[in-house]
Amino acid sequence: MQKRLSRAPLLASSLAAVFLAAPLLAAGAGSAEAATLTIATVNNPDMLIMQKLSPEFTKETGIGLNWVVLDENTLRERVTTDIATKSGTFDVVTIGTFETPQWGKNGWLDPIGDLGAAYDMNDIFPSVRAGLSYKGTLYAVPFYAESSMTYYRKDLFQAAGLTMPAQPTYDDIAKFADKLTDPAKGVYGICLRGLPGWGENMAFLTTVVNTFGGEWFNMKWEPQLTSAPWEKAISFYVDLMKRDGPPNATSNGFTENLALFSTGKCGMWIDATVAAGYLYDPSKSKVAADVAVAPAPVDVTPHGAHWLWSWALSIPSTSRHEADAKKFLAWATSKSYIDLVGTTDGWVAAPPGTRLSTYQNPNYLKAAPFAPLVEQSILTADPEHPTLNPVPYTGVQFVGIPEFQGIGTTVGQDIAAALAGQTSVSAALAKAQASATRSMTEAGYIQ
Amino acid sequence: MKEEKASLPGMIAAWVVAFLMFFPILWMLITAFKTEAQAVAIPPLLFFRPVLSSFGAALAQSGYVHFAENSVIVSLVSTALAVIIAFPAAYAMAFQPPRHTQDLLVWMLSTKMLPPVGVLVPIYLICRDVGLLDTRTALVIVDALMNLPIVVWMLYSFFRDIPRDILEAAQMDGVGPRGQMTHLLLPLASPGIASAALLSIILSWNEAFWSINLTAAHAGTLATYIARYSAPEGLFWAMLSAASVLAVAPILVFGSLAQRRMVRGLTVGAVK
Amino acid sequence: MDATTLPRQEMAGDSLARHRRRSSWLLLSPAVILLGLWAFVPLVMTLLFSFQRYNLLYPERRGFVGFRNYSYLFSDPAFWTAIANTLVLVLGVLAITIVLGIAFALLLNQNFPGRAVARLMVIAPFFVLPPVAALVWKNLLFDPLDGLLGWLFTLVGLHPIAWFTTDPMTALVNIVAWEWTPFATLILLTALQSLDTDQLEAARMDGAGPVNRIIYIVLPHLGRPIAITIMMESIFLLSIFAEILTTTAGGPGSATTTLTYLIYIRALLDFDIGGASAAGVIAIVLANIVAIFLMRAVARNIEA
Repeated sequence: MQKRLSRAPLLASSLAAVFLAAPLLAAGAGSAEAATLTIATVNNPDMLIMQKLSPEFTKETGIGLNWVVLDENTLRERVTTDIATKSGTFDVVTIGTFETPQWGKNGWLDPIGDLGAAYDMNDIFPSVRAGLSYKGTLYAVPFYAESSMTYYRKDLFQAAGLTMPAQPTYDDIAKFADKLTDPAKGVYGICLRGLPGWGENMAFLTTVVNTFGGEWFNMKWEPQLTSAPWEKAISFYVDLMKRDGPPNATSNGFTENLALFSTGKCGMWIDATVAAGYLYDPSKSKVAADVAVAPAPVDVTPHGAHWLWSWALSIPSTSRHEADAKKFLAWATSKSYIDLVGTTDGWVAAPPGTRLSTYQNPNYLKAAPFAPLVEQSILTADPEHPTLNPVPYTGVQFVGIPEFQGIGTTVGQDIAAALAGQTSVSAALAKAQASATRSMTEAGYIQ
Repeated sequence: MKEEKASLPGMIAAWVVAFLMFFPILWMLITAFKTEAQAVAIPPLLFFRPVLSSFGAALAQSGYVHFAENSVIVSLVSTALAVIIAFPAAYAMAFQPPRHTQDLLVWMLSTKMLPPVGVLVPIYLICRDVGLLDTRTALVIVDALMNLPIVVWMLYSFFRDIPRDILEAAQMDGVGPRGQMTHLLLPLASPGIASAALLSIILSWNEAFWSINLTAAHAGTLATYIARYSAPEGLFWAMLSAASVLAVAPILVFGSLAQRRMVRGLTVGAVK
Repeated sequence: MDATTLPRQEMAGDSLARHRRRSSWLLLSPAVILLGLWAFVPLVMTLLFSFQRYNLLYPERRGFVGFRNYSYLFSDPAFWTAIANTLVLVLGVLAITIVLGIAFALLLNQNFPGRAVARLMVIAPFFVLPPVAALVWKNLLFDPLDGLLGWLFTLVGLHPIAWFTTDPMTALVNIVAWEWTPFATLILLTALQSLDTDQLEAARMDGAGPVNRIIYIVLPHLGRPIAITIMMESIFLLSIFAEILTTTAGGPGSATTTLTYLIYIRALLDFDIGGASAAGVIAIVLANIVAIFLMRAVARNIEA
């Protein structure tokens, strides 16, 4: 009854669109070339250099590399989702000292095994190797490691008549900060992390708590956040930051503090050793001529005063190219690779903190005057004994249990509230203690 | 239909607003031409010698072209898909409303209420089992379905603005729904369709969560590309600005072209 | 809403109406079926997970636990704060974007040279990826030491505000409103262009001033697009997440933790899929309540 107008044109154009789209869509599907590895990695400068140099690897071995580069938080979440669901997307993953022992325990990673005599496993820092093992089996090889140390401005110290001792204490630091603070001149005595996060402010604060004699959990896994060392450490931090810290500290993580220090706004900064490469580089830092380093401060005990972190390469057990992946691991963390970086990118860019031989190399020592302190810090950071009292966990600036990511972040938020002046330190710690206890009970640690 | 020229205060107000809204992007654009040290200088540098090194760093080794390609393909195809499916649905709801049209509309919108973060694992598992991990197809489907309610709502809204008389007249001449849709509605509602399509393209372009989590080396879009520059250890404002400019540029260009189309559509489709 | 809104002319009576309804459903079916699948499958899986103990990192410890995830969620003090923050964020941004959207749409609807460029400039913020927008605001603009606004404050002798420490929610609402005002502007501007200018002319000739013209002619015409913008925007705003992650990480305290952010902590930090799914179900319920409430308030306008 109704005239049907020809719908052919509409139908035809829709079909045409789909047909045109199909090959475009199909081309996006993963091509199954033999011997190509998919690598998930973090976007730090050392990894970016490795990506740049990877054609050398392909030249040597004929194995192609597909890179997936993400920032740390996204990477961790992405890789964890994939590995925990055993989806097998990646052949090589970049993980850290936090997850490696846990995933090794779950059987999600291939043990590294023997990489050959030329590789010289004993050249790798023992503390780093320990941080990447579970029950003595190594599950990842480090391509980068760091500890923490104190950065300070020689010129400001001189002007104020101060000298940095060979091993500063936190009391020293507080005294120095008070003398150096001069907001009128735009200088703050000390810059410290304040951004909430288990790997942000809590990484630093855990080392402070450690050295003040505290711990996260006692041997029965009960949180200790309202204990005397915690109160003392966190009060010290909040008071120090309120007196001598920059404004907006609760938004400042590593990156923001790096920007602050390198533009001359901080008298001191206690943070990752990797920042040295930037701060000493005149093309990147305004204070390159005036920066100096000292060990991270201590208080009651030297245990756990400076942290240990390593980014390492590992092979998921679901990988279908295990042998090739192992070849890549061996190449990327070998002595010859470090030489390659040194000669092509300059020695200051050599991956830090992994091999003892790097720290005996005169070229590297010349390019990186801070290297001996970095080496010493990494060697003496002990994830197995991070605290004064015995504890049931490993990890210096974190607790090596999966729940720590959530707990650490929530506690970090509570402490940031204290720093922002929203609540008192005692109230913040009480809140943190309550939520941590809740989480630990829920997770079954506390019976 | 003649439009009167704007008054001077009106015009000034419009330009002030435009400048204020655009300013952060302008600032980002300027920062993209600085070095990292210049980017964090205080007082903020307005005059400096521009360099291209940040762009170089953002482009080096990053596969930008590949990501951009994927972004373009995924946005366009998913939008085409969404519009093709939404068009008849919006037509029906606007001109031949079945019972419960209201509820249907709200239900469609409710499919967007589940935060993607909460369904990551179920969707991930489904994609894995169907073999769609790291494919553009998966992203096209996800984006099309995510944007479908928006496109339906927008088309519905613009269709309701079309006076019924024209369609009724066509109805009386024996033109069926399909004819009405293709020969009448399409030209009449083209500014609305163009807006809906533009919106869908932008939403798909900016869609970061699924494009990071469902892809690996092959199907990532520019949103994945940005994730690479978001928070490395070190100073990166200039590089991030350069990367963002590179990520926004294609769609900004596209948006300006689409803008003109929408304005033209207005003068053609205006009902008198 | 039903067949009585169809053309007055009766054609073949009942059978036509029935035919129309059938053809309506035919036209609607692709959309409905696809959305149904898309909504149904993840929703069912989420519901199922919410009643299980399922942590991705402890795959061996799975089992049915009834409402335990929910009771754990409700007894979490952060949960109620998160809901409050979510409402503040959504309502705050809605208010700002609608008001500004109307104003901007009116301004951009004028005829002046270069208006296409001005329009693009106003819409441009919507093109920027959320994490990038957040970083630009946080570091280049809001930062009291390094940012532009801080510097401007010092120029006029004011102390720069540490936005993210003292007023994190304000700063967050600011950033999100900047991102979403273009959305409202775009929809309202397109709607304005279908406004019958004859009515406006007639009103002007009758001596109505510009403000009255806006209140009595333009705004009613915009009733439906505003209602639709509110509905659509609120859905998006409920899942805002990247901006929070990049600026404040939910803090200080729980000042900027919204329900979505809480789900993120559960799902992607704890990898507690059971808990995240329970929170997700609550998020859907909340969103539905908001939607029904809004629909009641604006339904008149949508149907008009």
